[in-house]
Amino acid sequence: MSVTYKIATEFEAIVKAYEKAGGKPEVFKSSRIASLVVSSNKVLAANEIPGIHMEAEELPSGIRATIRVEPGVKLEYPVHLCFGVLPQEGVQEIYSKFEIGDGAQVAFIAHCTFPNALDVRHIMDSTIHVGKGALMHYRESHYHGERGGTVVLPKARVAVEEGGQYFSEFNLTIGRVGRLELDYVVDVGPYGVAELVAKAYGYGDDSILVKEAIRLNGEKARGLAKSRIAVREKARSEVHGVTEGNAPFTRGHVDCIEIVRDEAIAIAVPLVSVRHPSAYVTHEAAIGTVDKKGLETLMARGLSEEEAVDVIIKGMLGG
Amino acid sequence: MGEILRVQDLWLEREGREILRGVSLVVEEGTVHCLLGRNGSGKSTLAYALIGSGGYRPSRGSILFYGQEITDLSITERAKLGITLAWQEPARFEGVKVKDYIALGMKEPSLSRIEESLRAVALSPSEYLNRYVDESLSGGERKRIELAAVYAMHPKLAILDEPDSGIDVLSLEDIARLIRRMASEGITVLLITHRDEMVPVADVASLICGGEIIRTGDPKVVREHYARRCIPCELAEPVESEEDYERYV
Repeated sequence: MSVTYKIATEFEAIVKAYEKAGGKPEVFKSSRIASLVVSSNKVLAANEIPGIHMEAEELPSGIRATIRVEPGVKLEYPVHLCFGVLPQEGVQEIYSKFEIGDGAQVAFIAHCTFPNALDVRHIMDSTIHVGKGALMHYRESHYHGERGGTVVLPKARVAVEEGGQYFSEFNLTIGRVGRLELDYVVDVGPYGVAELVAKAYGYGDDSILVKEAIRLNGEKARGLAKSRIAVREKARSEVHGVTEGNAPFTRGHVDCIEIVRDEAIAIAVPLVSVRHPSAYVTHEAAIGTVDKKGLETLMARGLSEEEAVDVIIKGMLGG
Repeated sequence: MGEILRVQDLWLEREGREILRGVSLVVEEGTVHCLLGRNGSGKSTLAYALIGSGGYRPSRGSILFYGQEITDLSITERAKLGITLAWQEPARFEGVKVKDYIALGMKEPSLSRIEESLRAVALSPSEYLNRYVDESLSGGERKRIELAAVYAMHPKLAILDEPDSGIDVLSLEDIARLIRRMASEGITVLLITHRDEMVPVADVASLICGGEIIRTGDPKVVREHYARRCIPCELAEPVESEEDYERYV
């Protein structure tokens, strides 16, 4: 009984933290919505629905999960994933494998919460396979509390097959970042599409490193690597956006905006390469303080400078 | 109705060049006052100086708003007093929805007022409320939304910097209608333009040339002066577009 009680309490606590990170707790009560809840190395809840299979194995400091969507299945509701560490210290390693069958369509909404972190390390190591003509949306939002004691290392290796589409968005805009090192690499087959979006807001002595690489390997594949980062105080950000046009008629773009304030430092390293004369890859990177005209426009509506900056940054990170 | 704005002997220099050279101007409350001038005459510089934009601090002279010296006030402080500006080329805001953008300047934001302001610039609320104020809007759409935001704010003094530029001839009527509507609702308008077709909307017009106000008075008279003397003037800055050139020659 006491174990059940503990699990129930922990479930409640992690769901509460999930809510704070922007999630909707009612999704875990619905039998029509697939979900997985993991606290530290414990699987607290797993709800499968027809067409999706989830296996999770507990490891000493995390879990290993396989999520498989059957070919042709189109899930009506997003699959909700909740990962978190509630104690002030701890390690959570999530090794996940996503297999999206040919023609399947699925969206994932993941929330990672570390509300009390003083010394928490979260490792997310994913292998993702998006089958032919399949569509996968993956949106991950983090909440790290206000102490900055979190190290987050999300890593994904993604393969998108012919005509497949992969859209990913990573958000770390609520609470302190701590240290983030994001490393995503996507290989896109013929007629495939990949879009990677990373958004983060660092302050204090936060450190942000974003590496996004899209390799357009198949004919007419398309890709976008987009990042929106804001840093203030003594935070530091570094964005490496790589797009390769390796096949005929591929189209790629790297789009990076970093807003810097106070003593913060931002670096952008866009790298584009083309290995076929009909491929076309572009990049744009803008780093600097908030645009003066934008700032003054909002101030001319009566906002203070701080309020105006806040509107601009929140818009950029939230939109 | 008394004077709302008094500019006295305003001098302003940028990058070693005197842009405003002793501008003096009085705007009466409740009027539409047109400031007419060729490109490079100092119109926009005066607008930026009036709202207190960074880098546009006058070296001499003063700006009075309802008799209060505001030359040293910040943009925010001036906005709180009731002065705002619609930029000639408005900024874009990624991730900010039109409805939220318009609401930012309103003391008591209400959806009905936001919708009304969009309709006032001939934009359909259902189509625009949830769009973003970003690159997805055309220049003309962005401009209309800027005017809608100024209208929704209901300032005491709205400075409209070239609201007619980049807008087709048919839309000029929409802009003129909005300006009259602002005036009828008690908003004093300082309309800055180089297009003399806009002058009839004004109650008073001033002509600016080489950083000086050279004439103020009846809009018809000022417009005529502008058409006869200013448009052909060789001293003016080169016109910016082929369309302008056609009109001027």
